[in-house]
Parts: sequence; structure tokens; C-alpha cells
Amino acid sequence: MSRRHVNCTINGDSTDFLTEDFTTLLNALRDEVGLMGAKEGCGTGDCGACSVLMDGHVTCSCLIFAPEAEGRTIVTVEGLADHTELHPLQQAFLENAALQCGICTPGFLVAAKALLDRNPDPTETEIRYALAGNLCRCTGYDKIIRAVQDAAEQLRANA
Amino acid sequence: MTVTEDNPNTGYKWVGTRQIRPDGLDKVTGKARFGADLVLPGMLHGRVLRSPHAHARIVSIDTSDAEAMEGVRAVITGADFPDLVEAGRSAADIAVAANAMARDKVLYEGHPVAAVAATTRELAAAAVKAIKVTYEVLGHVLTVDEAMADGAPLLHDGMITNGVDPKPETPSNVAAKTTFERGDLDKGFAEADMVVEREFTTKPVHQGYIEPHAAVADCGQDGRATLWCSSQGHFAMRAYACTVLGWDTGRLKVIPAEIGGGFGGKTVIYLEPLAVRLSQKAGRPVKLVMDRDEVFRATGPTSGSRMKVKMGMTNEGRITAAHVWLAFEAGAFPGSPVGAASMCALACYDLENFLIEGYDVVVNKPRVAAYRAPGAPISAFAVESVVDELAKGIGMDPIDVRLANAAKEGTQAPYGPKMPRVGLIETLEAIKNHPNYQAELGPNQGRGVACGFWFNAGMNSSATVHVNEDGTVTVVTGSPDIGGSRQSMALMAAETLGIAYDRIRPVVADTETVGFNDVTGGSRVTLATGAAVVESCEKVIESLRERAAKTWDCEVDEVEWVDGQAQRSDGSQPPLSLGDLASKAGRTGGPISANASLNARGVGAGYSTQMADIEVDPETGVSRVVRYTTAQDAGRAISPQYVEGQFQGGVAQGIGWALNEEYVHGSDGRMQNQSFLDYRIPVASDLPMIDTVIVEVPNPAHPYGVRGVGEVGIVPPMAAVANAINGAIGVRMEALPMSPPSILAAVNDQS
Repeated sequence: MSRRHVNCTINGDSTDFLTEDFTTLLNALRDEVGLMGAKEGCGTGDCGACSVLMDGHVTCSCLIFAPEAEGRTIVTVEGLADHTELHPLQQAFLENAALQCGICTPGFLVAAKALLDRNPDPTETEIRYALAGNLCRCTGYDKIIRAVQDAAEQLRANA
Repeated sequence: MTVTEDNPNTGYKWVGTRQIRPDGLDKVTGKARFGADLVLPGMLHGRVLRSPHAHARIVSIDTSDAEAMEGVRAVITGADFPDLVEAGRSAADIAVAANAMARDKVLYEGHPVAAVAATTRELAAAAVKAIKVTYEVLGHVLTVDEAMADGAPLLHDGMITNGVDPKPETPSNVAAKTTFERGDLDKGFAEADMVVEREFTTKPVHQGYIEPHAAVADCGQDGRATLWCSSQGHFAMRAYACTVLGWDTGRLKVIPAEIGGGFGGKTVIYLEPLAVRLSQKAGRPVKLVMDRDEVFRATGPTSGSRMKVKMGMTNEGRITAAHVWLAFEAGAFPGSPVGAASMCALACYDLENFLIEGYDVVVNKPRVAAYRAPGAPISAFAVESVVDELAKGIGMDPIDVRLANAAKEGTQAPYGPKMPRVGLIETLEAIKNHPNYQAELGPNQGRGVACGFWFNAGMNSSATVHVNEDGTVTVVTGSPDIGGSRQSMALMAAETLGIAYDRIRPVVADTETVGFNDVTGGSRVTLATGAAVVESCEKVIESLRERAAKTWDCEVDEVEWVDGQAQRSDGSQPPLSLGDLASKAGRTGGPISANASLNARGVGAGYSTQMADIEVDPETGVSRVVRYTTAQDAGRAISPQYVEGQFQGGVAQGIGWALNEEYVHGSDGRMQNQSFLDYRIPVASDLPMIDTVIVEVPNPAHPYGVRGVGEVGIVPPMAAVANAINGAIGVRMEALPMSPPSILAAVNDQS
């Protein structure tokens, strides 16, 4: 079976990979592109551990077929930091102890970035609903919410 | 918020401070490598074939079509593993092996019957479908009531109940009975002004870690293998896998991956021996990763239960007698946590008269695994609900009732020993004094209080501390870091050595690089592995003092170690820093390094008191957590942020257990909600901030006063929520989960 060629922009780089038609974007990112940051927690779009930004929208990469990425712009957790500087969300997660095991962290960071990109000053309730598609079993969410609040404040101060 | 007993000023420089965790950067940048993230050259993908039946005899397995498929490199069944029954191994070993791969019978839906390794995931999935298994389907039992009924189908032929005198003559599904008793129940109940008796049920719930189980094995032509896996203890994975494989322990090296949550559920093996055997057969590396539905159907969960609790109380609030009857589902093999549940059930209280009976019952569901304070939350739900009803009945404040009976230093625990210094009273007082305890409640809102106990564990740990040439330090342990333990190790090492936290690099090493460590479980790592780190650091300091004495040509007694440097007592020499001594180590005896291996003693028990404010919509039965407050004794919080995180995480899991989570089985014995869509764990929008109070009643047996903090936080929530629901709408919920339909049904029954 011949494989399909896909070209898209991943974390700012024009990227080519070969894939089967029914391979998920998540598996293509992990197996073909070598970006292991997005995780599979459920494979059914319920846990958000595989979240990536596709053309700016937070997307479960386990629910997208890899060929659907053709011509799109993808951002994964590996693309959040600005070269040598962590994204304020990453720094806030570290400072607030917003992770325990860390398996859900890439998805939360991506989903939180999507939120703050469209709403720089969210209320606690808005943050909780924006992140309701991401499961964390360790933290009880308290410190994650506080980290997003801190990062939002930092981003507004930088703006 | 921290409440410290007696000594508010610890004088510590690093212990108790908030620092960025050493492994944090990798985890916020996507670099951390978890179980499923390893790729090896030539690696094959594995897939497990699982039983569709809850109980069946395996008549035959035909793998020939699968073996003939293109790309399939190995197929294994139970016949590829040694028969441990024939080998005369222990019942525990036999159960581990039979759970990893069925031999004659399948005992639950999802029980592995075969596995394949192929060049792609898709081919492996196709190949398992080509395996033909002929089953003789047997009757199944799903609950303790079904399993204990006369004439119930038996999971294990010839299983006679342990712990019953005289020994039963006929086999049953009851593996064991445990009994704890003291005093005179009849006398105690006669002294009571009020007696409450209730029956409770709970459903199995899953640990719900977000990372599915994963293992990569690479077996060489010399018969030795390397295994990468995500677990709570790679030494335990090595031992269990070698048991199943029939190997000497030394043949297998296990390298720990980062672990994406465990909560007890990753202290046991599932995929590991299958991956090794597939790799051995194929002569290539093999990766096995579970799908989420496999995680639900074949791993964890904790027990479902039926419980009866009868307690008596005087009008002054003194508990006069307690009779606790517990029957726990063990899943397919004996070993439910009913023993621990029995020991913990009344451990918050100082009681004269009690009887606790616990039954360990096998059912056709996945074998239960440890889940955070295994068993204790289940019995606490029943006991703390009854204590609440008694308190309300005599018109006493629920905290005052608990204070009137609270276990303290010298109390004889229901399971035997006298309590050392413990902090239950301090946690009760912390909640009573918390502003949230006075917060006003709105319509349909109620406040519930409950407390909980967990033993905490000590067990075996090893650590090695290396001083690098420039005076930076590497701390090597073998305890997988689930929630920030590397940071606690580094903080304790920094404090002990007197150097900066960021000069220390903590590492979790593989089974061939560091001494033996028991699993990361029982809330034991900061206590036991921490004690090994501190002891190693103390040995390093001894060596450093000797080297300074050699440098100064004086007696060791004349050298003190202060603030990370050697000082001559008489002040006659400028101090030598750790860096100075490290750079000249070659001239004073060679590299500076020390290790310690210990079986930790003096475990400090953990207590937690919690308060839930719940609003119930009487029209829909939906409960909303308005406010939640938890106070827990940490002994000493080495890393306060991560201690708070443990408190908050335990509470969130408990709220899920209280309100939503349950295994739903059809009458066909198959699980019906094996996804995160249908098995709903709490999401961010379900919860408020969780207010924490770190109570510090130092454990005198630990160098920094540590008690374990990982588990007891999940013990009180179900009862606290149930008691709050009772306060909100007057119904006494006797079954978990307290989901909207069950609350509506209770409201309708009441009216």
C-alpha cells in the first residue's frame, strides 16, 4: 500500500511526512515526525492529552486523520517556548506546581494557550470551562487554574 | 495555609520552601519520556487478545492463521509461560501469572488469552482477530451478594475460606475472613443513648491515571532482556515479570520511564512479561501499549462493596460500641483491601467495644489493584456516615463528637498497637478554626465533615549520593517520581549538606544502577527513600570532615560541617567549601560518594479531616461542590506546594468517587462504560478551588519529621460529601456514587 505525502507547518517549520490514510494526526506526529509531546490518554477525544493547535484551534489530534493536516498550521507543546524563553504558561505551571505526573501537562498548556490567545483576561469560571476537555487526575485542577491566571496576568503585563 | 504544632520556626533553609521541581522543565516542554514514548530500531508492535466473557473455560486456542499472516513475528498464549501450579509456587505468584495471561479459564471480560507482535500496530490488531479461541462459557458472579449466594458459580475450584474456625468443608468464593474485636459489644450498645444501624454499598472505581500502561521489551540472543516501562516500582516489575517468565531476577533489567499517574494501579504487572516473551520469540524489541478500554476492562480498579455498620453513642457524644461488617469484591483473584479497610474503619477513634468483620470475595471482574489508601475510603464512607447521623441525632457539633472520641498518642489502635504521636486532633481543630467552617450556607446547601486514617508505609529504600568534581551533587534513588518526589529528595539533601537546592541533581535510576527500592506506594517515598538520602548525605559529610582533617593535619573531632563547608573548630583555618574538598578529592582518598540502604522504621500515621459544602438541586439531583476544605497532618511538609497537591488530588478523586464514578456492568458480565466519556472523572468545571491546611505534627522517627501525605486525603471525601448532602436536603445516601438519578430516587423515597 502506498503512503500519502502530507505537507504542513509544525511549530513554525514546513514539515513533510508520509502516512496511511487512516493514521491519526497524533500517531503521525509521534511516529513520523518524532514529536512525542502530545500523548494518547484515551484515543476517543475525552481526555485532551493529545491536544494541539490546528490553525489556532485547540484540537484532539487523536480524532484527526493525518492527511487532514495537509496545508494546515500545527502547534504542539514543543512549539510553545520562544527558542530560549519558556512561554509564560510554561513558567507559571512550574512556579505554581501545576503538574504532578506531567502526562496531561502538554495538553493543558496547549488548551490554555488557545484560551489566552482569544481571551487575555478570563474569569476563573471561563478558565475552568475552557479546560474542561482536559483531564488531570493528579492535581484537582486548583494549581492549574492558578497557573493560568498567573500566566494571563503576565501576558497582559507584557502586552 | 500551614498550622505548625509547637515549633513555628523550624530554622530550615531548604526544607519547607517552594522551589521549581528538577524534572519540571522536561514536563512543560514535552521532552519527558513516558511509557509509550520509547522507540527502538526494528521495534515491533504488540497487541493483546482479551476474553469477551466474564467466566469461561478455554477449550482451545488456534493461532495458526495469525502466525501465517504477513508481518506477524510472534504469537504467545498461556502455554508460553511456565505452569506455576505445577511448579508448586505460592498462591500469590500463581495469581500474578494467571492474571497476566489466562491458562485454563478466563475469569473476567478483558482477561488476556494471547498476544501478538507484528511490524505495525494495524497488523498486530488484525492478527489478534485471526486467533480462534473456543470457550465453554460458565455462569458468572459480579457482586459480593451474587458471589456469596448458595450455589453460586465458583471462580476457583476448591477455594476454602481462610480465617474461619472451624475451617469450612465446602469451597466458596469467599477467600478469607478477617476479624478485629475488643471489649463487649452487648455491654457497649446497652450503654448507648442512641444506636444507628445502616447498610451501605459502593461500586468499583478506577484509579483513572491518564497514561495507559505501556512497556517496551528487548530480549537479546543471550536470553537477557531490558524492559522499559512506566510503573510505581521498577524493582517490583522486575520481580513480578521474572516470576511469570520463570526467570532469575538478574536476567532482566528494568529502566523506569516517567510515570503518568498510578495511584496504586501501577504497582502490579500486566503487559511487562508479555512484552518480554514476545521479544524473546521474535528476536526484536516489542512495544505493548494499552488502549483506554483495556485499562478499564483489565487493570485496577478498587473494590465494590457491601457494608453494615452499627454504632452506639451516649448523649455526651461518646461512642460506646461499633460493629462493622464489610464484604469487598476482590475481582478475579483473592486480595481485596478488606483487611486494611477493617483496620482503618475505626482507627480515628478511641473505642472500648467493637467487632470488625471483613470478607474477601472473588467475583468475575478485573483483579483489584491498590488505589490510594486501599480499602480505607470505602469503610470510612460507612463509618463516618453513621458517626454523622449519631452526632445529628444527639444534637452535637460533628467536630466536637469526633474530638470527644479522637485517637491520640497512647490510644490502642483497633488493629493492635498503641498509637505514637499522631495529629488527628490537630486536623479536627484546624477545620473547626477555619473561616470556611463559619461560612454561611445558601438554600439547598449543606455542610459535611468526615475524618480519615491511613497507616502509611516504610519498607525498603536505597540511595546513593555522589559529589561531583566541582561540588555539585547527584542524588540517585530507585523510587519512581509520581508527584514531585525528586524535588523532596533534593530539598532534604540540600538541607543536610548545607548547599543550594539547584546544586543538586536528583535521578531515578534503573534496577542495575541503584540498590533495591520497594514501590512508590503507601505514601512512603519522602519518608523512607528520603531517610536513605539523608543517611547517605550524612555519610558524605563524615567523609568530607575526614578529608578536611587530613588537609589541615588535625583530628576529625576538630572539624565541623556548617553551611556546606568544613570549619576548623578553633577558627585557625579558612573554611573549606564542598567545592574545595571535591576538587581535591583525588588527594584525600578518591571520589566522594556514599550510599544507604534501609528498611524504614517509625512510620508516622496520617490523619485528615475534611469539610464539604454541597448544593443539591432537588429538581435534578445534581450536586455542586460549593466549597471544600481539607486539613491533613504532613508531619513536616518538605515541599509544601506538592504536599498541597497531594491533598487536593486526593480530594478531587474522592469527589469523583462520591458523585460520579462507577463501573457499570451488563448482566452479560461485560463492562458498559469503558471510556472516559462514560466513566466520568471530575473535570475543571466540576470543582472549586480546594482549600488546604497543612498541619505539621512532626514524626519523631524521621530526620525531618516527615509523615506520608499521598493517600489519606482520599479517605474522608465520600462521607464528607454524603454528610453534606444529608445537611442540604435531608436524605441519607447509602450507596455510591451519589449520582443525580440516585439522589432523585432518594428524594422521592423520602417524600
